Amino acid sequence: MTILILAEHDGVQLNPSVQQAVTAAKAWNSAIHVLVAGNGADAATKQAASIHGVEGVIQVNASHLENLIAEDVANLIVSISKDYSVILAAHSSFSKNALPRVAALLDVAMISDVLEIKANNTYVRSIYAGNVLTTVLSSDAVQVLTIHGSNFNAAALTGNATIALVDAPPAFDKTQWKSEIRSQSDRPALSSAKIVVSGGRSLGSAEHFEKVLSPLASKLGAALGATRAAVDAGYAPNDIQVGQTGVVVAPELYIAVGVSGAIQHTYGMRDSKVVVAINQDPDAPIFQVADYGLVADLFDVVPALTAAIQ
Amino acid sequence: MKILVAVKRVVDYNVKVRIKPDGSDVDIVGVKMGINPFDENAIEEAIRLKEKGLATEVIAVSLGGSANQDVLRHALAMGADRAILIETDVDLQPLVVAKLLKAIVEREKPDLILLGKQAIDDDAGQTGQMLAALLDYPQGTFASAIEIEANTLTVTREVDGGTETLALTLPAVVTADLRLNEPRFVKLPNLMMARKKPIEAINVTALGIAIEPRLKLIQVAEPAVRKAGIKVGSVEELLNKLRTHEGILV
Repeated sequence: MTILILAEHDGVQLNPSVQQAVTAAKAWNSAIHVLVAGNGADAATKQAASIHGVEGVIQVNASHLENLIAEDVANLIVSISKDYSVILAAHSSFSKNALPRVAALLDVAMISDVLEIKANNTYVRSIYAGNVLTTVLSSDAVQVLTIHGSNFNAAALTGNATIALVDAPPAFDKTQWKSEIRSQSDRPALSSAKIVVSGGRSLGSAEHFEKVLSPLASKLGAALGATRAAVDAGYAPNDIQVGQTGVVVAPELYIAVGVSGAIQHTYGMRDSKVVVAINQDPDAPIFQVADYGLVADLFDVVPALTAAIQ
Repeated sequence: MKILVAVKRVVDYNVKVRIKPDGSDVDIVGVKMGINPFDENAIEEAIRLKEKGLATEVIAVSLGGSANQDVLRHALAMGADRAILIETDVDLQPLVVAKLLKAIVEREKPDLILLGKQAIDDDAGQTGQMLAALLDYPQGTFASAIEIEANTLTVTREVDGGTETLALTLPAVVTADLRLNEPRFVKLPNLMMARKKPIEAINVTALGIAIEPRLKLIQVAEPAVRKAGIKVGSVEELLNKLRTHEGILV
């Protein structure tokens, strides 16, 4: 039996979460292959081949794979699936679009966002916005799953796997790529940032969100995050929402500014190593998950904090 | 154009779910239930397409016990024309739900199937993609905007780090993100009127699909609780703690 990892990349760089997926795949003690679909993603392919523990990389090039449309990715995986007993990827908007399609085509269940892999195809995952952990067993012939990246260490880049080129099945002609908008930012990517500065509705406006939080984030080299309330109010863009239905982060330091701490939000940040909360309301639930709480007016203390950091 | 919308009945998002003392499952007896929030966005979008004259009929479908009539009544009160309840007391997993919905799609032949992008109880986020796969339909998941022109649906999708736009040839499956729209409030007169709209009940056995769960639930447990730390009195004290105790920001 062999494990297949669906690699996420942007056409050039391999997503660091692939290294976490490789660590997760080692739970089966079997050969690990990584699939790099795209249209000439040679650098990402080489990076995949350098991950320790990877035996083979399958590179598939086709013009219709350029934008990694889920329908095409799923058909490709199914076309090579007979060699694999486990198909997995790190949980992201890319994998959760494509892998359920693969599972249905293979007539097997899928296990989403796995926190822990136990023996005998048994998995721990969370439900109800992380309030309950379930342990489930899958007896399906092929295991299809996504893993919760931050729960697995990144495998080292000390490997040297062989690269094989494989042909893609024909394009799925009922879905056409039109365009994309990627948020331009000099800041690190939210999902893998070492420090995250997050703002809630207490910021009061998009202007304040920017004026209060940006200098702090810049000084710390941090990514910016936001609560759903702040996003819905228009203070921050959608793609920086942290929580159950947004991005899940686990940085070394998470600074929550004016965040109340609804369970839907804490689901997205509670694996952070150190949590700092700044909120005027001493009873805000965010203090129950914070290592250090500062009850104060954020408009006073955030600039003071920014100034005090070297 | 006909639209089918799938709605799930879930524990209300404000409820903190408890675990049975023997750890065999969650205990949701007597807990407040309601329509899955993302499914409400899906219904709203279907009704808006009808109000724009792009759709002729909106059909809501739900799967579960007779109690699911309440979420279907909610969909009807929002403006759906009729509803279908696939009746079963078995706990259904996403692959089975997708197979049962496929059977309804084959009967009703909708041009568009709308679902929420995930259910807030199992947080699986699989059903829409699985249904699209089984039907060999195109899929537009995590949709924050859709437009229909002739036989093409243009969908804007919320993805990590931005958005992307796809053109899908109908019939297609679309799963709704919260940003797709702001669902309307249901007024009492609409709720009264919804009582007159038909709900067709179909026993799950009539569809001839194996519904046994594939994933066996071994146990449920409380996650490790993150312990509350300490309150600090000033920015200086905070920085001191981070530097000396945590070794960060030195």
